[in-house]
Amino acid sequence: MIITNIENIPNKEIVEHYGVVSGSTVRAKHVGRDIMAGLKNVFGGELKGYTELLSESRDEAMSRMEAQATSLGANAVVNVRFSTSSVAAGASELYVYGTAVKVV
Amino acid sequence: MYNLIFWAILLLLGYIFGTIAEKRHFKSIREREEKFKMLPTIMLKKPLNADNIKEVKLVNGNVVISVDFFKKFVASLINLFGGNITAYETLVDRARREAILRMKEDATDASEIINIRIETSSISKNTKSIGAIEVLAYGTAVYR
Repeated sequence: MIITNIENIPNKEIVEHYGVVSGSTVRAKHVGRDIMAGLKNVFGGELKGYTELLSESRDEAMSRMEAQATSLGANAVVNVRFSTSSVAAGASELYVYGTAVKVV
Repeated sequence: MYNLIFWAILLLLGYIFGTIAEKRHFKSIREREEKFKMLPTIMLKKPLNADNIKEVKLVNGNVVISVDFFKKFVASLINLFGGNITAYETLVDRARREAILRMKEDATDASEIINIRIETSSISKNTKSIGAIEVLAYGTAVYR
């Protein structure tokens, strides 16, 4: 599976389009991390727990998008975009979407 | 009275540790930016030249950085009068540069990274305060 955020894949030709594929996850932080984050709000600095949490969730969303593309018979996803929104207090949604295509 | 003392201590701790953390972070950002100077990151949608490209791959880097108590206090003061909140400006600046650097670290062997997008979102328990910001940088790494 080739994934890019440009409109084509260099040196390859798109032969078929399968439309938009997407994957999303909604994650809440757990209490332990929240307490640490509350402490960090006093001292400042990077919240490593959250950084990992968000990047794991984003990988999860990506793999869901890949699974959807594979089930359609695509072998690449182009023009991928990420988007983040906070659904409720303490939870955020990570959304990935792109166009599933077949390239040769 | 005790409340005030507690609050003052938090403010002082925030100022000391926040300033130290920020200085250290900026130093490390500058060092790593120097290291990755040879890896061009561009906003163009097409690679610089289309010859002998072996592989393209989506790469990303993200970082969550929290504000400290002192910054929050300064920002709330400035909020009364309006104006530039420099305390937050340096915060988002270092978050963005860090995210771009992490993206570059994700693609050390690449010859360039094209079509870079940067996305910022705020993480907080209540929607009013900043709390922490997340910056995500992503792009397509081109391997030759």
